[in-house]
Amino acid sequence: MMRQKLAVIDYGTGNIRSVVKAFENLGSEVILATKPSAAENASALVFPGQGCFPDCMGTLKRSGFDVLLKEWITADRPYFGICLGLQVLFEWSEEGNAPGLSVFPGKVSRFCLPAEFKVPHMGWNSLVFSETAPRWLRAGLVDGDQFYFVHSYRVEPENDDIVFSRTDYGGEFVSGITSRNCHATQFHPEKSQAKGLQIYRNFLDNVNQP
Amino acid sequence: MLSARVIPCLDVDEGRVVKGIRFKELRDAGDPVSVAQAYEEQGADELVFLDITASSDERNIMRDVVERTASTCFMPLTVGGGLRSVEDIRQMLLSGADKVSLNTAAIVDPKLVQAAAAKFGNQCIVVAIDAKAEPDGTSWRVYTHGGRKPTDLDAVEWAREVVARGAGEILLTSMDRDGTKIGFDLKLTRAVSDAVEVPVIASGGVGKLSHLVEGIRDGKASAVLAASIFHFGEYTVLEAKQALAKAGIPARL
Repeated sequence: MMRQKLAVIDYGTGNIRSVVKAFENLGSEVILATKPSAAENASALVFPGQGCFPDCMGTLKRSGFDVLLKEWITADRPYFGICLGLQVLFEWSEEGNAPGLSVFPGKVSRFCLPAEFKVPHMGWNSLVFSETAPRWLRAGLVDGDQFYFVHSYRVEPENDDIVFSRTDYGGEFVSGITSRNCHATQFHPEKSQAKGLQIYRNFLDNVNQP
Repeated sequence: MLSARVIPCLDVDEGRVVKGIRFKELRDAGDPVSVAQAYEEQGADELVFLDITASSDERNIMRDVVERTASTCFMPLTVGGGLRSVEDIRQMLLSGADKVSLNTAAIVDPKLVQAAAAKFGNQCIVVAIDAKAEPDGTSWRVYTHGGRKPTDLDAVEWAREVVARGAGEILLTSMDRDGTKIGFDLKLTRAVSDAVEVPVIASGGVGKLSHLVEGIRDGKASAVLAASIFHFGEYTVLEAKQALAKAGIPARL
């Protein structure tokens, strides 16, 4: 397998070390992209979004990453988004009433659940893969495998075709999406031990396939 | 279903684990990175490192420990102890911590909770509350300095306040129970959990596995934290999670 060069978007406010280390452990060369030009020549783009939605969008806009992300995904180049890296792909978020990148139709809304369901939804929860989830992306994984989540908002895609997985927390929500070369998860593969690394491995295996 | 979390906690002093860990399989039981790896293999859901280093000159040692741990352990890591400013928190997150835990610093300057949550997101700001029952038996006072210094704060009220300021999780320790091995203060745990929307980690007093079950079932905690029962090899994390599952509590096995 070729050694893929991966760009990880770095805005300097949180922990992206574990994402970087996870991909390095899987044999990738990782570039920390603090500006869009640094990512241009990479074979895949990874965005571990953190913090709150309006701040995240503001940072993407100021740095020009908003344009890069849209062009990248439109051009069908491989993308993996994590947490806010999933949420920003949609049109709008309730968090701060802010617009997103509108790659996919749909919105981001807060969990609104009875009191016994704590928010943030924090900890290990299981996935049920959708029937349309590509086999290669879920290779080595089965329904019921658990992954680490920490979030108060979740995506509501208008189009069911892009759903990769669903998770139950006081009702089902979409915990992962996939469309051509664009993949994103609400959970944190880099925090999910062996199962999490398996998803990243599946993504990487696909990046350099002809 | 969301699993209840089982979280081992390590006290780290100048880069070394204190309270001698007794794992047969470990070559260096004082090395936090090796211990973290051993707990990851046991299936720990998260880890907490508590930095008890007295001298602030030695703080950078902890960042190095966190960096090395985050390079090999792909699980959530919370770091507490000695973090007093947004910049301290930023450094620790950049070193590889997923969450930071604030205790005295939040009491001295409650605005720190707000500032940190606004900058890094509520999900990574944990507020640790050390509480002791008042003589009336129905309320709890917040203490600092390992339970030696009383404050004017009521534990339940303080939990509400820090959550309003942006804390994403409460790490609640009963100073009455800490080290006793007679089980969590379930009334305290329940009172705080009922008062706030965010998850509560129960801590202080675990001596056997049924205590963990009680913390989740009766205390309504989302997670249970323990140190000595795991460190001294009395129980493994896997056994703890099996005990939860046997009691009908969702656990990641």
